[in-house]
Amino acid sequence: MAIEAQVIKDLIIEAFPDADIVVDGADGVHMSAIISAYEFAGKSMIAQHRMVFAALKGKMDGPNGELHALALTTKIKA
Amino acid sequence: MSDIARALIKETIETNDVVLYMKGTSSMPQCGFSSRIAGVLNFIDLEWKDVNVLADEEIRQGIKDFSDWPTIPQLYVKGEFVGGCDIITDMMISGDLDTLLEENNVSFNKEAANKVREANT
Repeated sequence: MAIEAQVIKDLIIEAFPDADIVVDGADGVHMSAIISAYEFAGKSMIAQHRMVFAALKGKMDGPNGELHALALTTKIKA
Repeated sequence: MSDIARALIKETIETNDVVLYMKGTSSMPQCGFSSRIAGVLNFIDLEWKDVNVLADEEIRQGIKDFSDWPTIPQLYVKGEFVGGCDIITDMMISGDLDTLLEENNVSFNKEAANKVREANT
């Protein structure tokens, strides 16, 4: 199931090409991601997390939401 | 989302100072993330309303559309979406949650809140 982490990472890189991204979690359902991106500058934490959820294009929820939980940590890349 | 779900959500968050949309109930949380936030709210003696999204699929999906936020739990204070598990945990540790509650004159146990921070730093 490690492929799930790579799928998440690819989706995030697509939206944040220069970000530093660490994705953990092997079960493909409860995952965690730490993302440090320039794009977060000046944004509230909620806005930053919303940007990440948008990048995940619906993988997070809904009937086919494979990803039940993503523990998210966002940082502004200096 | 149906108008009924939207109206119900709006009414709930406008008639209760603090509302947590969660999986399970305050006394019987059914998901680790919901349980963690419910536990914190109870520990700091907050008066809050729990809404079990598992009991109503329309609310479960509706609340995600309402706040444009894909996960549960979701915390609302005075009708405003505050955040999910990560953000509330972070706000609790940083003290931002205390500030938000104080600004909205929602009473809670400050000493207990300090204990949470001490236990987590």
